[in-house]
Amino acid sequence: MLNISGIQEGFVLDHIKAGMSMSIYKDLKLDRLDCQIAIIKNAKSNKMGKKDMIKVECPIDTLDLDILGFIDHNITVNIIKDNNIVEKKQLHLPEQVVNVIKCKNPRCITSIEQELDQIFILTDKEKEIYRCRYCDERRKKKRHLD
Amino acid sequence: MRHLMSPLDLTVEELDSLLALANDIEHHPSKYAHACEGKKLATCFYEPSTRTRLSFEAAMLNLGGSVLGFASADSSSAAKGESVSDTIRVISCYADICAIRHPKEGAALVASSKSSIPVINAGDGGHQHPTQTLTDLLTIHSLKGRLDSLTIGLCGDLKFGRTVHSLIHALIRYPGIRFVLISPEELRVPSYIREDVLKKNGIPYQELERLEEAIPELDILYMTRVQKERFFNEEDYVRMKDYYILTKDKLSRAKEDMMVLHPLPRVNEISVEVDDDPRAVYFKQAQYGVYVRMALILTLLEWR
Repeated sequence: MLNISGIQEGFVLDHIKAGMSMSIYKDLKLDRLDCQIAIIKNAKSNKMGKKDMIKVECPIDTLDLDILGFIDHNITVNIIKDNNIVEKKQLHLPEQVVNVIKCKNPRCITSIEQELDQIFILTDKEKEIYRCRYCDERRKKKRHLD
Repeated sequence: MRHLMSPLDLTVEELDSLLALANDIEHHPSKYAHACEGKKLATCFYEPSTRTRLSFEAAMLNLGGSVLGFASADSSSAAKGESVSDTIRVISCYADICAIRHPKEGAALVASSKSSIPVINAGDGGHQHPTQTLTDLLTIHSLKGRLDSLTIGLCGDLKFGRTVHSLIHALIRYPGIRFVLISPEELRVPSYIREDVLKKNGIPYQELERLEEAIPELDILYMTRVQKERFFNEEDYVRMKDYYILTKDKLSRAKEDMMVLHPLPRVNEISVEVDDDPRAVYFKQAQYGVYVRMALILTLLEWR
C-alpha cells in the first residue's frame, strides 16, 4: 500500500476515472498553483475497480467546481481541514460553462470575434448536452476537455 | 426593451397579437402611415440580401419612418475590422431600431447584448431568420384562417434550410400539426430536429423521397431552394439541385385549397407555369413579409 502524507488544509478529488487524473490536473489548471499536489493513479477501489485521485494542499476556493462538474460530476470532492474530511461536495452539471470549451462551428460569430466569451448552456440534462449560446452548436459533455 | 433573435422569443399569445396587428395593417394601411414618423430604422446588412433588406425598408417607410444603413460588409466599418459589438453601440446613437444580417451565426445576439435599441435578427448565417418565419406564419394564417390542424409538406433542402427548421419550431406549438418531410437522403432534416423536436413533442411526421407521393394529402406545400452557398463543393450542388421541381402536372394531384409557399428567391424548384395557379401564393407571401415587419417594428418600438 502506497502512503501519501495527509494534508492539513485542502481537498481530495476522489473517484476519478482511472487514467483521467492528468487531464483533470491540466483542465483545472492545477499546474499554476504553488502548493503540494499528489496525483495517485490506478488506486484500488471497491466501487470502481481502479481509480485516480488528486490531493491538493490549498484552500478549496481555488477550485472551480463548475468546471469539475462539467468534466465529470461523479467525482467526489472531499474538503480537508486539520487532516479531517469536513465536507463532501456533490458535483452537478453546471447550467452554463464560460470559457471552458470552444465552439467548433466555423460559422459561429466566436470564430471571428475572439474577445467574446465562449458560453455553453446546458439544454438537456439527461443527455448531458450543451449548446453554444450564440449558434446553438451542440456539444456533448465529455469526461475531459479538449 | 425586447429584441427578436428567434421566432420562439415570442409567446404564442404575443405571436397572435403580432399577426392580428399585421392583419389590421393589411386592411387599414392608412391608419399606420404616420405611426413611426420621426423614427429611424438602421439596416445593417453584412451580406447581400435584396428582399429582406428592401422588405424591412419598405415596412419602415410605410410606417412614415426613415431608414439608414449599409448593404454589405465592404461598405461598413467591418471592412476596417470593427467588431459587431462596437458597430451596434455606434448605430444605437443614430437609430431607434436595427435590423441586422450577418453571415456568422449568433452575430445578432452579440449585437443585442450591447445595443440600447431593439435589434431584429434579419438572418445570421444558417442559424435563424425569424422574420421569414413570421412571414410564413402570417401567410398561412391569413390565407388558411388558422395555424392549427394542418398537414404541412416541407420539400427540398431540409438539412441546411434554416427557414424550414424555424417553421417547424414555430408550428409545433399549435395543435393538430403534421409534417411530411420530402427530401433526398442527403438533405434530410438534421437528427436533432427529428429526435429533439418532432419525436420529443409527439408531433406526427413522415419522411418521403418523392414529391408526387406526398402532394395529395397536403394543406400547405413549403418549397425550398437548394442553396449553393451552403455547399462546400460545386459537384454536390449540381448533383442535387434539380431533385425536386414542382410542375403543373405534379400540382394537378394536390387539393383544390392547398397552398404553395416559398421563401424566395426561387431558382428552378417551382416551374414558372405554376405561378398563375391560384394555389401559388409565394409572391403574396413576400407582401405579407412587409406587413409582418411593419407589425414587428411597431411592437418592438412600443415595448421599448
